[in-house]
Amino acid sequence: MRMRAAEADVATEDPDRPWSALMTAAQDGDSTAYARLLREILPYLRALVRRLGQHPNEVEDVVQDILLTIHRVRHTYDPALPFTPWIATIARRRAIDQRRRTGRVGAWETADSDTIETFVDVYANRRAEVRELRQWLAQVLGELPPKQREALELVKFRELSVAEAAAASGQSPGAIKVNTHRALRTLRRLWDRETT
Amino acid sequence: MTTQDTQHLIETLAGDAPPVKRLRPPLLRAGIWLLCLAIPSAAAIAAFADLGVFAQRIHHPELVVELIATLATGCLAVIAAFELSLPDRSPHWALLPIPTLGIWLGASGAGCYRQFLIRGMDGSWQLGESGDCFMFILGLGLPLTLALLWALRRARPINPLPVAVTGALGAAALAAFLLQFFHPFDVTLMDLAIHACAVALLVLMAAGRGRMLLK
Repeated sequence: MRMRAAEADVATEDPDRPWSALMTAAQDGDSTAYARLLREILPYLRALVRRLGQHPNEVEDVVQDILLTIHRVRHTYDPALPFTPWIATIARRRAIDQRRRTGRVGAWETADSDTIETFVDVYANRRAEVRELRQWLAQVLGELPPKQREALELVKFRELSVAEAAAASGQSPGAIKVNTHRALRTLRRLWDRETT
Repeated sequence: MTTQDTQHLIETLAGDAPPVKRLRPPLLRAGIWLLCLAIPSAAAIAAFADLGVFAQRIHHPELVVELIATLATGCLAVIAAFELSLPDRSPHWALLPIPTLGIWLGASGAGCYRQFLIRGMDGSWQLGESGDCFMFILGLGLPLTLALLWALRRARPINPLPVAVTGALGAAALAAFLLQFFHPFDVTLMDLAIHACAVALLVLMAAGRGRMLLK
């Protein structure tokens, strides 16, 4: 089967043979070869999915769907045939399925990013909250002055002593203490504003 | 989903990857399936069919063409279904049984026309034995379709709809072919319509439920 333009564009070098050999080994139960194959085809799959017109936010979802499908149908690969058309067809199919799903959801649902999903499972809530907290922290850390951020990261996140943090950053121990204190005070103020 | 999730997924998949038995070539699998059907069918024809009447009917060239085209449609559709069940096969395989399907319908139509020239419209639209034909095609075609889809499931098709539709067409055509050995009269317009309805019903049922059956 001929490869389509999008597939041909991303297959600039010909990795088909090594991939085919890795897949053959994977079919025989070689998990190391299988892991290597799946890692090696990732950039190809991401490029292909993007070229097939997938929304950038959904590329990783589709790639994971493709990996799951490859796993499910790996017994159908014939080592006598090229490997690239085999995964390209799976990728194209999964990209189409994802677009259909997105179209269906878009037709019936409205995204509400401000609403936090709540679940019966307490741990599910906690995971969602932790993820939000991380996002918030990453955002406010970016707003701190560089020396305060560095001091905070070394002392509080990496748990270095003041002396070690001073040696690692080139700041004096006193400056480390002051910058850590100021950073924490700023974070506390921002957190209060966030939660009230 | 993040790239870290993807790396984790790869580790999970690689950790759960026992050796797999590769599928045999689709043509070989289709051939085995058809052979498994041919042996009991030949035995049933030898035991139950009225071969004397069949020998008289076979003198009409359009019936010979119809028989060959029906059998070819069945075999080619089964081959197409096995090919389509694999991820890297062209979707154009679905077109494989179309020419013989056209010949089958054309030859059946020609048979009806010959009947019309001989008998006029007398009995052309009477139900007569057509109900039995319908039940024969459906009664044999349905288990054949299920058996074929069961065999096709092994490939876990990533696009099940064309696989189910071509598979059902193959099973229905093979049932219609076998019907000819138990059909001691020429095809009337009503017969043709009933045969077409039975085949279409099987194909529609497979289109509706095929995805579930092939999961």
